[in-house]
Amino acid sequence: MQFQSRHFGSIAVAAPAGRLDHSVAGTFEQELLPLAADPKNAALVVDFTNVDYISSVGLRVLMLAAKAARPRKARIAAVALQPIVAEVFAISRFDSVFEIFPALRDALAAISPDALAAYDASVNGT
Amino acid sequence: MRGVRFWGTRGSLPVALDAAGVRAKLAAALRGARGRALDSDAALDAYLDALPFDVGATFGGNTSCVEVMTGDRDYVACDLGSGLRAFGQSVIARHGPAAPQTYHLFVSHLHWDHIMGLPFFGPAYVTGNRLIFYGGHAQLEAALRRQMEPPSFPVGFDVLHASIEFVHLAADAPHDVAGMRVTPKRQHHAGDSYGYRFEKNGHTIVYSTDSEHQLDEPGERAGFARFFQDADLVIFDAMYSLAEATSVKADWGHSSNIVGVELCQAARAKELCLFHHEPALGDAALAKMLAETRRFEEITRGPVPLRVSAAYDGLEILL
Repeated sequence: MQFQSRHFGSIAVAAPAGRLDHSVAGTFEQELLPLAADPKNAALVVDFTNVDYISSVGLRVLMLAAKAARPRKARIAAVALQPIVAEVFAISRFDSVFEIFPALRDALAAISPDALAAYDASVNGT
Repeated sequence: MRGVRFWGTRGSLPVALDAAGVRAKLAAALRGARGRALDSDAALDAYLDALPFDVGATFGGNTSCVEVMTGDRDYVACDLGSGLRAFGQSVIARHGPAAPQTYHLFVSHLHWDHIMGLPFFGPAYVTGNRLIFYGGHAQLEAALRRQMEPPSFPVGFDVLHASIEFVHLAADAPHDVAGMRVTPKRQHHAGDSYGYRFEKNGHTIVYSTDSEHQLDEPGERAGFARFFQDADLVIFDAMYSLAEATSVKADWGHSSNIVGVELCQAARAKELCLFHHEPALGDAALAKMLAETRRFEEITRGPVPLRVSAAYDGLEILL
């Protein structure tokens, strides 16, 4: 499983790739949970652009991240869900647990103007 | 082994369709009938048959009781929920009250919703009948006796005039019962529960309710995949959504439709039957869950399709 993370302002953005199933759940958990638990991160956004599928075990890791973020009231959001992944979120009712946005920029705009500015600056190359 | 008949399918406590619920179904059916020629009984029956299940019927509200139709003379059932009462009545209606019968009754665990039907099980009061209770809990007999003690119930256990036996079943070992090979499996639930794998003549039925699955334990996943392996039918605790089962209702001892599909696919089972319905869910919500579960099976399907059904009181599934 490939996993990348970056920051825009105080928001951490995690970008896993591929299938998030039982074969990679341990790695996904090891990568994601520190981002959710880090007090420096005011929010965590998980970018699903390159995720083909997520199973119950992968969803469990997301729930663990939400629980890790909750004590300090950090927001956690999912963005750019591919159609199959969006269906799995709906069927499992994870769409009622996480804030879901069509794209990363939408999530940043909703959560933090500073993060949005940092994102726009990175996209525009300024 | 011919299949199963569901006498009780609800989790936690019995529920009933109320007056508002009946009226809503009638209103929906009558609205759909506008402009249709329903002036013959045949046309009316055809219209009723075509209604969505949640409009024309109901999932029902008795707690867990599933008859395993073995094809032999003896009767076999899983759990003693409130559905046990109707099961007993049906056998008495079939044979008459004076014809002695043998009942093999497998108990998943001793929580009230799984034993509450016994005081209302007519055959238990009839001399000549034989009741054999099977389970993995050492307190099985004590639990059944206790719920019939004052001040909880006016009729004591000793008034049950049928011959009554208790058989403790060790987990993970096959046992020969009523012509079947029966293998219990201990499951994660408060106080433990036991699932049962029934095998006979090349057919397999698995009854696995009140079982929470530990998603972070690969060994547990593999163990249940073996328990369900190649089953014709897996009756599965799908009480909560996956989101509930991993958050606010984690450690409540129940599972979800998502995990049911995944385990059955890993086991190459032929049919998953969603069971132990959450009492707060009405017919429309359960019908939606069934449709969504079928869609989930479709998008995750491997080489072999998995049939998905949802249990309701009165449903028969024939192998």
